Amino acid sequence: MFTFTMRRLLLAIPTLLFIALVIFLLLELSPGDPMADMPLTIPPEVRQQMRLALGLGEAWYVRFYSWLYLFSVVEPSHVMANMTGLEWLRVEGPRIISFQTRSPVADIVAQRLPQTLWVVGLSYIFGILLAVPIGIYSAYRQYSWFDQAGTFVSMVGFSLPTFFTGPLLMLIFSIWLGWFPIIYDTTLVVDSFYDFGLQLRQMAMPVFVLTLYNAAQITRFMRASMLDNMTQDYVRTARAKGMTEKVVVLVHVLRNSLIPVVTVIALGIPTVFTGAIITEQVFRVNGLGALLITAIYASDIPMVLTLSVVFAILIVLFNLIADILYAVLDPRIRYD
Amino acid sequence: MKRKIALFGAAAALALMPLAAQAQRGSSGHLNIIYWQAPSILNPFLSGGTKDVESSSIVLEPMARYNQDGMLVPYLAESIPTVENGGVSADLMSITWTLREGLLWSDGTPVTSADVAFTAEYCMHPEGGCAQAARFADVESVEVVDERTVTVHYSVPKPVPYGPFVSAQSPIIQRAQFENCTGTRAPECTEANFYPIGTGAFRVVDFRPNDVISFEANPNYRDPALPHFATLTFKGGGDAASAGRAVMETGEMDYAWNLQLAPDVIATMQQGGRGTTVSAFGTLVERIEVNMTDPSADLPPETRSTRAAPHPIFSDIRVREALSRAIDRGLLTEIGYGPAGRPACNIVPNPPVFASEANENCQTQDMDRARALLDEAGWTVGADGIRVNAEGRRLVIDYQTSTNAVRQDFQALIQQWWREIGIEANLRNVNASVFFGGDPGSPDTFQKFYADVEMYANNFAGTDPEQYLGAWRCGLEPRPDSQWQGENINRFCDPAYDALHLQLAQTADINERGAIARQLNDILVQNFVVIPLVDRGRVDAHATTLGGVVLNVWDSGLWNIADWHRVQ
Amino acid sequence: MTDAVVFRAPRNQWWDVWDQFKTHRGALIGMLVFFGIILFCFVGPWLWPYSATHIDIRARNQGFSWTHPMGTDQLGRDMFARMMKGGQVSLAVGVVGMLLSIFLGALIGVVAGYFRRVDGILMRMTDLFLALPLLPLLLVMSMLFRQPLSNAFGVEMGMFLMIVTAIAITSWMRTARVVRGDVLALKEREYVLAARSIGTPPGRLILRHILPNVLSPVMVSATLTIATAIITESALSFLGMGFPPDFPTWGRLVADGVDYLQDYPSRSMMPGVFISMVVLSVNYIGDGLRDALDPRIRGR
Repeated sequence: MFTFTMRRLLLAIPTLLFIALVIFLLLELSPGDPMADMPLTIPPEVRQQMRLALGLGEAWYVRFYSWLYLFSVVEPSHVMANMTGLEWLRVEGPRIISFQTRSPVADIVAQRLPQTLWVVGLSYIFGILLAVPIGIYSAYRQYSWFDQAGTFVSMVGFSLPTFFTGPLLMLIFSIWLGWFPIIYDTTLVVDSFYDFGLQLRQMAMPVFVLTLYNAAQITRFMRASMLDNMTQDYVRTARAKGMTEKVVVLVHVLRNSLIPVVTVIALGIPTVFTGAIITEQVFRVNGLGALLITAIYASDIPMVLTLSVVFAILIVLFNLIADILYAVLDPRIRYD
Repeated sequence: MKRKIALFGAAAALALMPLAAQAQRGSSGHLNIIYWQAPSILNPFLSGGTKDVESSSIVLEPMARYNQDGMLVPYLAESIPTVENGGVSADLMSITWTLREGLLWSDGTPVTSADVAFTAEYCMHPEGGCAQAARFADVESVEVVDERTVTVHYSVPKPVPYGPFVSAQSPIIQRAQFENCTGTRAPECTEANFYPIGTGAFRVVDFRPNDVISFEANPNYRDPALPHFATLTFKGGGDAASAGRAVMETGEMDYAWNLQLAPDVIATMQQGGRGTTVSAFGTLVERIEVNMTDPSADLPPETRSTRAAPHPIFSDIRVREALSRAIDRGLLTEIGYGPAGRPACNIVPNPPVFASEANENCQTQDMDRARALLDEAGWTVGADGIRVNAEGRRLVIDYQTSTNAVRQDFQALIQQWWREIGIEANLRNVNASVFFGGDPGSPDTFQKFYADVEMYANNFAGTDPEQYLGAWRCGLEPRPDSQWQGENINRFCDPAYDALHLQLAQTADINERGAIARQLNDILVQNFVVIPLVDRGRVDAHATTLGGVVLNVWDSGLWNIADWHRVQ
Repeated sequence: MTDAVVFRAPRNQWWDVWDQFKTHRGALIGMLVFFGIILFCFVGPWLWPYSATHIDIRARNQGFSWTHPMGTDQLGRDMFARMMKGGQVSLAVGVVGMLLSIFLGALIGVVAGYFRRVDGILMRMTDLFLALPLLPLLLVMSMLFRQPLSNAFGVEMGMFLMIVTAIAITSWMRTARVVRGDVLALKEREYVLAARSIGTPPGRLILRHILPNVLSPVMVSATLTIATAIITESALSFLGMGFPPDFPTWGRLVADGVDYLQDYPSRSMMPGVFISMVVLSVNYIGDGLRDALDPRIRGR
């Protein structure tokens, strides 16, 4: 297992380099322009000057190389320095600069991370905590009213787009009932129970929308996988041996049903980092998802590239973790 | 006009007096503003985006601003320089600005003419990529005369010398702060770009790019009684609909910017009772641009949509006129913009001196006239209702625009009207960041114009249309060898137009300028090269408890934020 | 997936499957609803007098009535006709996009899980596709392929092909990862070992022994993908790479109606309800099918 993990980690480096290159070329090819947002009153010559000032005059491989250097050497040094407080770690010199804000990309990411973790991360945890028990119980009591209701809610929750459910919730809970604010206040500092209450109120709607969405898919996979195993021979054997239902379901069946669920959960964790693009925008949470989408619309290549590659690193990492968990859940799986 | 400018300046100053006298700085408490586009930088020289220009206008101020009527009022300057008061030289080659006495930056240091000269140096640096460089065009030098006086020398006579240091687009920045930020170093000055030191009513406390800005009252603001608000939160992001709701229905916010929403949606929000809308008209005109060249995909890329290939259908003015006659501008306005729109027959709708009155016959839809024109041009109605000419060519055109709910409604309506006169329009909508992005590799940009007609809105900055009307001169069209950059989107070319425009550039008298600009407008509109649709105003909303709001489309909407106050 | 089943099952067993399917009430109702919606969308427009794009400006923003059972929109277009027309596109895109995506995902998942030699390369490719930012990818696809495809197949067919391909290549990864995970475990089971020991070639082993056992996660993926496909289509038309704006689709009707949510909530609710109904009915059909195909349940 250890050699497998090491080999995969080493292999991750060329993989990530390749992914970074592909994303960079994709952004290069993509028909956008950082000047698209400027008013039409700014003449074309000035626009061209501004593009050159952003460094877009250089050849693509020069820009890719300098980004790669900054991303793998300079930016990690700043992150390390900020985390440990050791100033000598900092590598001086230019950093990855966003086209929109002309400021270091890493600083903005650090500024946005808390909102995303609060809202998206929390709703992912809620989603898993809700989905697993509901999935198990739905499968155990297949076609009971609980199962039917669960199916209905999760399918409707999944099939309605968040750009519809978001405004709908706002209309009901903010405008008609007046319970929650429409605007998410990112400057709120939670240092008293009153502020904590405010934070809960402003988080309620986005967290609800995202929890429903996350829970919907995980429940479906959990339920289907449990159903598959519920009818297997070993379950009958276990029952025949006189084991309690609790042990049969929660130990034997559950462990064998977890593989697809682990896969889906592991696929979802990296997306916590990229945030929930539409939900964040609708509720103005202004986390990483909103950052990514505005950067894409503004053709802010350094920002999009950096966020996407960090995302890629998380994907590679969590897919590796999922692979290791498979072997833990089912010892028959071997990679060596 | 110049005398009027001075008069208005005085009048505006008088009008502001009583308010200033009664209140005390910070007595109105906290103000919440929401823009559904979030500011990414507080330096208007590095970003020309409206959101960035308007948010930075809270902090940074120019010598003079345009007021709600498009008249110049002094801000940092003592008065508006004119030829009459000697501020502008008789040969129109220079303009002299004098700073008010005793001005302080928000950090307490005095504002001097060195700061003004430095601002010009900053924007005119060839490697700085200044977004407002066009305002500094033809500036030869900026001479520091004394502590409070600078003279801008031009290389050509400037009938309208109010480019540099005027309006929210071109404020004065502090030399001490930006000294090491010129040229290629401009993007490295994050601190200066996020926390500019200004002379405005507020100063930045916390800036979170693309999210939220916190301001507090500037302790060194020149009027000790202003601003009325002590603190200000400027939130960005989301969509126009919920921004409007936050002001007019839940009352969470005090001011919402640019509610581009259908009129009945806004009307419902207003029933919430917590806020009202304000609207004003500037120079923004929603129009259909007609392609004078052939965009056919069968042509090689070197000639497609270039002057080498004239348009096979639209080279006939009668077809172009028919397109315009079939449109009911009143109905478009009613459906798309309501009170925030007016049917437009000109591409220069404002200020009044430049607005032509010769084209009002476009106001009424005239289907019979449109049909007659097409008949005359040799297009006869075919079996399926679509017209065919003698060579068997069907009258089918491509109609593209950017993605936007109102524009798609307009497309549907206009498509139906054109079908009624026998023209089939294939619709297409393109994402705005691609459509307005100048990527020469993309086939979908508005400059490349790979369609027969396209719809968008355009305007001009400030109150003078000279530069704007200059776009339609020969040789300025986007083409492959200019990397598809250029302002003459229609590929229109008429030597008489060019000559007239040259005459405009050499005329100083405001009434003569008006007459020439109106003629230029009429050439374009009466040739049906540009088909104006709607003169679009701007709609903002403010809470009923917020007083002092005067919507200004000629400058930043937050131009008089110092005077905003709480009313009970 | 039904191909695999047909291959495996002789005719009389197929009847068994149908008998079991019929006893599943949810599946039957789901199937009725699904066919009802198909009839509504594809036959409805022949019987209904209004066209989806006809503008009657005097009749705008009307409520429910006999002439306009679902009211009219802000331009006076009949919502009933727009729902029917929109359903055609959304159903076609949803179902075809889902089939393509599931086919790709299941194929890559099974191959990667079963053959260790290609596992590494296929899974790194999956990582790559998961990491690609969706919007720029779609914009590039649109820039490169929109014109050639519409020249080759006509505007509508070209668009359709591009949209379903775009949906498929951006959504197969989850299915692939889930299927691979299951296959990794399944191929170590005793019955697979037994089958291999009697010399079953890998192709038949996959089709007869592995595939039927990964059917249930695939079914779940399929239902979830239909919903994603219908909504992704509306996002694509927003980007300007979908169908032309005079082509209503359910996703776009929901999006257009959101601004009017307060005054005319039905305008975005109706298409939303239809999308949910399609997804729910497909889900129940999938449930019934899975039960019917499982010999352990069928025997009971």
